[in-house]
Amino acid sequence: MSLLGEDVMTEDGEFVINMGPQHPSTHGVLHLKVWLDGEIIKKVQPHLGYIHRSIEKMSENLSYRNFIFATSRMDYLSAHMNNEACALTVEKGLAVEVPARAKVIRTLMAELTRLSSHQLWWGCTGLDLGAVTPFFYAFREREAINGIMEETCGARLTQNYMVPGGVMFDLHPNFQARTKEVIKQIKDKFDEYDQLLTGNVIFEQRTKGVGYISKEDAVSWGCTGPMARASGVSCDIRKLFPYSAYDQVKFEEILDTGGDCYARYMVRMAEMKQSVSIIEQLIDTIPEGEFQAKTKAVIKLPKGEFYQRVETARGELGVYIVSDGAASPYRVKYRSPNFSNLSALPHMSKGAKIGDLVAIMATIDLVIPDVDR
Amino acid sequence: MTKEELKQSLSTHLPTATFDEAGEFLNIIVTPAELLPLMKDLRGKSEYNFDYLFCLTCVDWKDHFMMVYHLMSKDHKHVLVVKAKITDRNKPEVETVCHIWRTAEFHEREVFDLFGVTFLNHPDLRRLFLEEGWPGWPLRKDYVDENMIEI
Amino acid sequence: MVIVGLCLLGFLVVLSFILGYMERKVAAFMQIRLGPNRVGPKGTLQIIADTIKLLFKEGLTPKASDKFLFNLAPFIMVITSMLVVAPLAFAKNFQIWDINIGVLYVSAISSMAVIGILMAGWSSYNKYSLLGAMRSGAQIVSYELSIGLSLITIVILTGSLKLSDIVMSQAGGWWIFKGHIPAIIAFVIFIVASTAEINRAPFDLAEAESELTAGFHTEYSGMKFAMFLLSEYINLFVVSAVAATLFLGGWMPLHIGSLHGFNHVMDYIPSSVWFFGKTFFVIFVIMWFRWTFPRLRVDQLLNLEWKYLLPISMFNLLLMTAIAILGWHF
Repeated sequence: MSLLGEDVMTEDGEFVINMGPQHPSTHGVLHLKVWLDGEIIKKVQPHLGYIHRSIEKMSENLSYRNFIFATSRMDYLSAHMNNEACALTVEKGLAVEVPARAKVIRTLMAELTRLSSHQLWWGCTGLDLGAVTPFFYAFREREAINGIMEETCGARLTQNYMVPGGVMFDLHPNFQARTKEVIKQIKDKFDEYDQLLTGNVIFEQRTKGVGYISKEDAVSWGCTGPMARASGVSCDIRKLFPYSAYDQVKFEEILDTGGDCYARYMVRMAEMKQSVSIIEQLIDTIPEGEFQAKTKAVIKLPKGEFYQRVETARGELGVYIVSDGAASPYRVKYRSPNFSNLSALPHMSKGAKIGDLVAIMATIDLVIPDVDR
Repeated sequence: MTKEELKQSLSTHLPTATFDEAGEFLNIIVTPAELLPLMKDLRGKSEYNFDYLFCLTCVDWKDHFMMVYHLMSKDHKHVLVVKAKITDRNKPEVETVCHIWRTAEFHEREVFDLFGVTFLNHPDLRRLFLEEGWPGWPLRKDYVDENMIEI
Repeated sequence: MVIVGLCLLGFLVVLSFILGYMERKVAAFMQIRLGPNRVGPKGTLQIIADTIKLLFKEGLTPKASDKFLFNLAPFIMVITSMLVVAPLAFAKNFQIWDINIGVLYVSAISSMAVIGILMAGWSSYNKYSLLGAMRSGAQIVSYELSIGLSLITIVILTGSLKLSDIVMSQAGGWWIFKGHIPAIIAFVIFIVASTAEINRAPFDLAEAESELTAGFHTEYSGMKFAMFLLSEYINLFVVSAVAATLFLGGWMPLHIGSLHGFNHVMDYIPSSVWFFGKTFFVIFVIMWFRWTFPRLRVDQLLNLEWKYLLPISMFNLLLMTAIAILGWHF
């Protein structure tokens, strides 16, 4: 065996390279084995598990209050939505009515998280395509959102703000004023984003027609979120099965038919504007009242199965809890959006160039801990 | 189709199956042998048209395994949970559905990795997260590891 | 001669410090941040601190690499880029080697850098390095053509390959103004193609950080890595200096037709200030689009050269020849 690994070159003269687990554009510890013919990709095989922390097994031993917070570490960029999904599942099992104030707070926080997640994605997409500058512009606004999170939740990234029945504590008194200020700032910057990256000739060349996935394929591969919506699949859980306060707000489900990297990019850019609009609709009308419903100290779900889906920044997160009536879940399954989205990567990148593979990975918006769990 | 209509239609289609309506979705419980023909019909027949498999997992009930498939139709907007009860704990086997829904390929590998359920005719059945040769199947209830701590 | 050589060596090292600092500050300016501001006044000593760090770092040589070539490659890179500095006219009557085939010499030597890159990529025994080197080979060989053709347009106007002649011919006005539109086209093509030639973004496919980790110099560390950086900055300077000499009049001050008073005032500015001012202007432009553009893909890069730049520069050359023969230029 040579130092380069057992198969440098296949019998057909294909060059085998291992992208990752330490690679600048795999966004974490994803390992892709790539078969190349010159620059053209013949086959891609993802190897997972470098950050597998068996959150599902851990959840089987944690109480219904505690297991929620393990999920913050799955898709850490939409930690809030992960927590919300678990909290909603537990509430479904307990049949607790969440106070109106908590619902609105959850929605506001989820949309802020979505904004910050998409901003990070926008910066990283630029970075992956070789434009370093957008990253700093994206972080300028993301920092402001993290500041809001820090003030109210006490943490910037893994907020852990959800409890069964509502939220952990009330909003910080500054929340409304500060959010309005940040939202105004972000709205002003959308044009800047477009000027910097969207209209760029090289950017369009790099993304248009790259990594195409058809509508049928997207459904078959279980793609969700902006990735599937860019192929024309209507799959926004916020619209299809509204939860929290999404039935009180008006927003559009962004659909595109391009199915390529550019379409995915445009869908996410438009989604940021929708998130801003949702926050604007809710920020002035946060209802007064309790922020948490009364629940027992030790939660025990009735025997049965509960399934709840939410729309995270990357797609549909499903939480499937099987309860045997004990104080901790019998079995928890997280249907994570990235896991299914990643499974379409080999299909999408066949015949593309190495540079395209990076563009495709960037627009799938991979978060590896969410794949491995 | 609503839950009731779906149950009516499916009970005529597959009389041996049992149903469970306690939860949010309609559950249909079949044997592993019945699974693949049923799945093909659920995907192929236009009145069902379940084109979207959004969750595939397994539950270890100590005396048997329960494969759980969450299906949804994008057109009809109905949801069905198909369960296959695998009673042979020593050699759990079930037909793969990854030719019907491509997403099943990864999900089945995950179940194989963590539960040890073998999927027949799966194109690439290898461990997904754990390394080859990992002893045992971690998500089984009887799995023990020297590093496990009792809480 | 030895003293001149040593002075030049010192000058180039200082120059690459200045360019390194400038690059950081320009990048910071583009990216709404401050850049280096801790070491020394306004962070000016940062680059020296970095150099000291690189000097003391262990220069690893991979076990399976071709050790001789692996260690030779950075030297070839630096030597080729330093050789090109020789015929440049830094100021009035200040030229180290006024060779009579200056333009030919510059384009011949600068294309030798590809040997260093290929050597580095091949000998590293790393798949990413090899891919980066192959990309770079294709890229430099292609863009060499456009550079040559755009240089020839000016050679046609001046009728000499000697750099001092070219500068002197611009006493009445720079070629970019005198040479009508073809000269402007040639200037733009020269800037684009030479950016590709020196492997800078948006044409940095040989390094392509997000695709090939660091391309041909993935395996290099310590001083050997620093030599690649050094050669990159010297190349940047050389390319800008050649552009300034050929198109922007070298050390020649800005003269406008018969405005004698204005021309007289311009003559009071030292010629070296003119030369470095123009060179740093071109450097700034190249840095500017480094920090704003995404990277091209390898097939698009070659398309750009073979389908657009090369035909345009050929036609441009034809046009320029006609202009020169008919005497339409000023």
